[in-house]
Amino acid sequence: MKSTLLAGALLAFATATSVHAQAIKLANVAELSGGGATVGTNWKNGIDLAIEEINAKGGVLGRKLEVTHADSQSNPGVARAQVQKALDAEPYVLLGPGYSGSVKVTAPLAAEAGIAQIMGGEAAELTQGGNKFLFRTSFGQQSSMPKVAKYIHDEMKAKTVAVVWVNNDFGRGGRDVVIKELDRLGSKVVADLSTEAGQADFAADVGKIKAANPDAVFVYLNEEESARILKELKRQGVTAPLMGETTLIGQKVIELAGDAANGARGHVGLTTDAPVDQIKQFRERFSKKYNYVPDHNGLKGYLAVYMVKATTEKMGKVDPKKFADTLHGLTIKAADEPGILMDVTFSDTGDIDRQSFLVEVVEGKQVVKQVLPKVK
Amino acid sequence: MSNLFDLLVAGLATGAIYALVAVGFTLLWQTSQTINFAQGEFVMLPAFLMLAAMHAGAPFWLAIILGILLSMILLGLGFKLLLVDPMMRHGVLPLAIATMALAIGIKEAVKQFFSAEASPFPSVVPTGDISILGHAVSLQSIGVLVVAILAVVGLTTLLNRTSLGHQMQAAAQNPTVARIIGVPVERMILLTFLINAFLVALASLLITPIYLAKFSSGEVLGQAAFIAAIVGGFNQVRGAIAGGLLIGVLDNLAAAYVSTQYRAAVPMMFLIAVILFRPQGLLGRAEERTV
Repeated sequence: MKSTLLAGALLAFATATSVHAQAIKLANVAELSGGGATVGTNWKNGIDLAIEEINAKGGVLGRKLEVTHADSQSNPGVARAQVQKALDAEPYVLLGPGYSGSVKVTAPLAAEAGIAQIMGGEAAELTQGGNKFLFRTSFGQQSSMPKVAKYIHDEMKAKTVAVVWVNNDFGRGGRDVVIKELDRLGSKVVADLSTEAGQADFAADVGKIKAANPDAVFVYLNEEESARILKELKRQGVTAPLMGETTLIGQKVIELAGDAANGARGHVGLTTDAPVDQIKQFRERFSKKYNYVPDHNGLKGYLAVYMVKATTEKMGKVDPKKFADTLHGLTIKAADEPGILMDVTFSDTGDIDRQSFLVEVVEGKQVVKQVLPKVK
Repeated sequence: MSNLFDLLVAGLATGAIYALVAVGFTLLWQTSQTINFAQGEFVMLPAFLMLAAMHAGAPFWLAIILGILLSMILLGLGFKLLLVDPMMRHGVLPLAIATMALAIGIKEAVKQFFSAEASPFPSVVPTGDISILGHAVSLQSIGVLVVAILAVVGLTTLLNRTSLGHQMQAAAQNPTVARIIGVPVERMILLTFLINAFLVALASLLITPIYLAKFSSGEVLGQAAFIAAIVGGFNQVRGAIAGGLLIGVLDNLAAAYVSTQYRAAVPMMFLIAVILFRPQGLLGRAEERTV
């Protein structure tokens, strides 16, 4: 009897350790508290949902996925410490952070460790430093701005454009790419207006736009300033169509600007309102599990895990050293891997190419007006 | 040319709000030698009081009345009794520093209890345009200008045409003699604090729909109004009004014709020039005190 019990215990122990040894370990460092808590929590929940789904279907190459979550407190310094700690545990892939500033200071650590990092940051410079281990889950400015410029030129038929941007890394990065692209396409930039972060009064800037009388206005400011300039544009009766990015037509902007946001259009890389069946189903599953509708960060976290799955299955083995090489240049089709939601191609720099959406604010609601195809 | 006209109207509208706030600086200085560095936060807070009233279910008009009344109690009566009176005996400088601390306190409290994010605020003036001399001018700009002008005209009438106003003047110019001839000096000083609280609440109501309700929005306003008061003349209500309008217009013209990056610097340079060449301010009088 005793020996049977002992044998049973040994067997149970052996099974447990073998399952444990076989699990693929991922490490997530995200903004779970502080200013970016919404970003990080969505990202984390997206990851958890994807892992639950994958494990329920038998895992990746027969092995379960496991993830540890660490909180960067929305602080680049803390993010760096947490990433170092996570890398010490030798994860298969590092997920996060979501803030570009935190990505900037943690990317060298992951690269040094030779671990691929799949993150949520969107600043153009992140993938321009030659880091061979860094991958985006959404568009960087160098991918989104050409689409914006093309839309302004082809669809809005604007021969003259006023560009309003916020004078920081984010604004300047976007402004440089969009002006270059508009110039290439033959739309003339008749006003190039820099504004300050936190600026309250946009009367003079809108006055300049009015004087330049452009066919379209491209607005690239942070959310609050976007709301203020939308109100001022309406106040001064500017009727030229307005084009922007997520920051012009986001829910917060609509709430702050009220009526003045109506008619504004924006290019959005990822939205849970997208007219794509897989995204609709994702939104449903997410809402059911967490009792709220995710934003695009929830999508990013979800996609990050499916990027790990698709890449590993492409390699046919779990090899952290070869992971980054395999993901470079890889195209993942939604038909083969439904979890990737839309066909996506990764460049040699870790940037992505994917279809995106043109959203217009109609009566205070975001309405997807058009699906913009992949660039290549 | 139409651009210049638009800029002037927008500048005057912003300037009129600066003027309301700057007048408060002057009033407090004249009657009680208080330099209130929390004046910007005094403009920010009433909007949040009104928002809180609306969140509690009050309609907008009632929220406005409650907001103004609460402002007069907190920023008028409370400010005088709890901060100015105890600090006054230590001199002008400790009091000025105490108001700086108050500014930080108000900002942090709003951030803590409300949110660090901006909130929308309804406008008392309907949106839309009217045509003036062939130019489309927004009703909001006109509304802001009209309300601010009415407030200023009302204030100057009170000060110059009524017995109450004359008593306030007397209390400001020579409190000792005023006391001897029977002017209730303490009550007159309290009255100026209440008027200041009313003016900042009004400014809050006018500016917040444009700037949005945010804990930090008082910083810019307080600074602009302080510059306006010094430029116009710290010891003259009419100076503060002129200074406010001037800074509003100057700020807009600088942003349009000089550079957006340097827009904040232009009023500052103007301020330095005024201090160097006309230290009493454009309309101020040297060594004189009057409200």
